[in-house]
Amino acid sequence: MISAWKTVRTIARRELASYFTSPVAYVFLVIFLLLTGFFTFTAGGFFERGEASLASFFGWHPWLYLVLVPAVGMRLWSEERRSGTLELLLTMPVTTWQAILGKFLASWAFLAIALALTFPVVLTVNVLGDPDNGVIATGYFGSLLLSGSYLAISCMTSAMTRNQVVAFILGVVICLFLILCGFNPVTDLLARWASPAVVDTVAAFSVIPHFDGFQKGVIDSRDLFYFLSVIGFALFATGVILRNHRAG
Amino acid sequence: MIRIENLVKSFGPKRAVDGVSFNVERGEVLGFLGPNGAGKSTTMRMITGFIPPTEGKIAVGGYDVTESPLEAKRLIGYLPEAAPAYPDMTVHGFLAFAADMRGLTGGAKHKAIDRVVELCFLDSVLHQGIDTLSKGYKHRTCLAQALIHDPEVLVLDEPTDGLDPNQKHEVRNLIRELGRTKAVVFSTHILEEVDAACTRAIIIDRGRIVANGTPAELRGMSGLAGAVTVSGQGVSADKLAPLGRVEVADGAYRVFPADKAAAGELAREVAALATRESWRLEALRTEEGQLDEVFRRITLPDTVKK
Repeated sequence: MISAWKTVRTIARRELASYFTSPVAYVFLVIFLLLTGFFTFTAGGFFERGEASLASFFGWHPWLYLVLVPAVGMRLWSEERRSGTLELLLTMPVTTWQAILGKFLASWAFLAIALALTFPVVLTVNVLGDPDNGVIATGYFGSLLLSGSYLAISCMTSAMTRNQVVAFILGVVICLFLILCGFNPVTDLLARWASPAVVDTVAAFSVIPHFDGFQKGVIDSRDLFYFLSVIGFALFATGVILRNHRAG
Repeated sequence: MIRIENLVKSFGPKRAVDGVSFNVERGEVLGFLGPNGAGKSTTMRMITGFIPPTEGKIAVGGYDVTESPLEAKRLIGYLPEAAPAYPDMTVHGFLAFAADMRGLTGGAKHKAIDRVVELCFLDSVLHQGIDTLSKGYKHRTCLAQALIHDPEVLVLDEPTDGLDPNQKHEVRNLIRELGRTKAVVFSTHILEEVDAACTRAIIIDRGRIVANGTPAELRGMSGLAGAVTVSGQGVSADKLAPLGRVEVADGAYRVFPADKAAAGELAREVAALATRESWRLEALRTEEGQLDEVFRRITLPDTVKK
């Protein structure tokens, strides 16, 4: 058990280091921080709201992550498949699950670093007013879970193909579906030809209502369960895809 | 160390490996020969647990590769065909990663890295990024990774591919050296490597084993094996004819024995004949047979069809 965890850590460490040895990490971090700043203060109307909260900050995250997270996750497996290192990695004494978990945790840690670097927003709102820092903390927690869900999906699409662009586009499309399936225009459209039960089921996949709970300072076990099951399912699917790929 | 029984791998309707069985013991170097697409790499990928077999059993060091993959994989060092390595890492970083994955820590890890760096001549590029390496260095980096835990079983898919003649020579010597204490399987399509490094060779064609033996035994399958080539002044085909079938090639006469088993006799008989007839001989030798001739004869129909 200890050695299994050590293997996961070794894989994760290598993966995380590989982000920082290429320009990918720095480009991503700069763009992420610029965009969060822009959306929060300009498009989100942080000052115009006149309230000491980070609603304008977190509200954009589902959309921001939609493009940025698949960009982080797209290389996870497709790159290994393209360069042949997948064969090297999986013939070392590791199980497929250890490899999947290690790589996923490394990218998630990278996203957590990016998210942590938005701390000046927290400082700003604390200097200007008297926000509820508990709500901000749950907001961050929810945002981390959201990025983890998108990442697990990108991980899955990355395992499907050796082409990173295809992996990226598939990832964006699936994440977009998770955002849109709860929106009224979409559910109305569905309701025209599907039964209400189907519409409700599809709408229940939506990420937004589950994400909103965290922005209100509530950690609901159902929301937690939703995000963890998305992550769990997507990583499980990654394992199945990799196994099928190897079985030929 | 490696036991393979009736191994089959199907990709759709195509049987890439079709009922292959063989054993490799400690102290053996098994050369795996065959035309491109014969199933060499597929077999090696199954031994190392990368792809599951459709049918059949593989055991490495007593561990079934499908049932206890981790135990089996621990015993194996593997060099995949294209010698893949993470391009964003340095050679040292990559070897340290491989050592970590093999559970080596502290002093043992440092020693292991030093050992393979020396074995594979990587000293001069140790802190260079793998993406900046030439093909030969990249290849040896991946080979070093396969050796880092001093494995009991080595599976090397075309270990000399892309190396210059000096490096080829070094790697062959290394394989022969390692083969004294380990079980080694390596694939190649360079036939001279079989002589240079193998204790045994298997020729595989269209997924089936078509020949299995020591390099000398394989050469013995050649039509040329056992023939006596003789050249010199006065040598005449008519006089040689009673000893066997005679061919003239490049000014020399080649006598094929009627019975291959008595090939040793033939050279003595030719020598005796030469003395009786007072031929002034320039050369007299018994042919061992040529591997490439055996290889072509066994596998050619297939290659031509493609």
